Amino acid sequence: MSTKKFMYLNRRAPYGTVYALESLEVVLIAAAFDQDVSLAFMDDGVYQLVEGQNTDGIGMKNFSKTFHALGDYDINQFFVSAESLTERGLSADDLMPLVWEDEDDDWAEKPSVKVVSNVELSKLMSEQDVCLSF
Amino acid sequence: MADILGAEVDEEGFLVDLKDWTKEIAVEMAKGDDIELSEEHWDVINFLRDYFEEYQIAPAVRVLTKAIGKQFGKEKGNSKYLYSLFPYGPGKQGCRFAGLPKPTGCI
Repeated sequence: MSTKKFMYLNRRAPYGTVYALESLEVVLIAAAFDQDVSLAFMDDGVYQLVEGQNTDGIGMKNFSKTFHALGDYDINQFFVSAESLTERGLSADDLMPLVWEDEDDDWAEKPSVKVVSNVELSKLMSEQDVCLSF
Repeated sequence: MADILGAEVDEEGFLVDLKDWTKEIAVEMAKGDDIELSEEHWDVINFLRDYFEEYQIAPAVRVLTKAIGKQFGKEKGNSKYLYSLFPYGPGKQGCRFAGLPKPTGCI
């Protein structure tokens, strides 16, 4: 089976609807198939990666912790829209410091999150074989 | 609804409420599968519980084998070893004993 480029585009806030959690579940299942997987976050989707989420008051699972596991699933390309962050008064410093371990570099921890402009993001999207939007 | 030591389980034997879990429940579940839990079983069960606590998911088998090998020695970081402990699958059976939900993507 040849490898295809999959991008999962996340555009909604983490809680309130089930889209964000469902997207993450699909990503985890797809991770078993050894494809080239990347995740993109824009609009309210950028809130999914914000550090320090606490769901105690809304009775939902705080699945933001799960993003930290994705490096072990060889998912280490998180693209975040710079414009979407700025529009919400956020910056790269507000996001979770997600990392992955590079097996070919003595397991050095490397950052997974990359803030990119919408122009760069649309270029990345055009390079994909499959783009799934949540 | 079926229960194990008073804790409710679903039709596949997984705990309905993760908070109900006790070591005695794990022992009882294992007994039902004709397994006596050894030190090695507990290493995996405790690892699964810690992993779930940290990441809110059960690890995929390939992630589990890699992590077990890293933590407990290379000779244990393979699915043959894990299946020798949990013949019905380290993910499915191990997670059930550990009181976790069935792993995502596990059939």
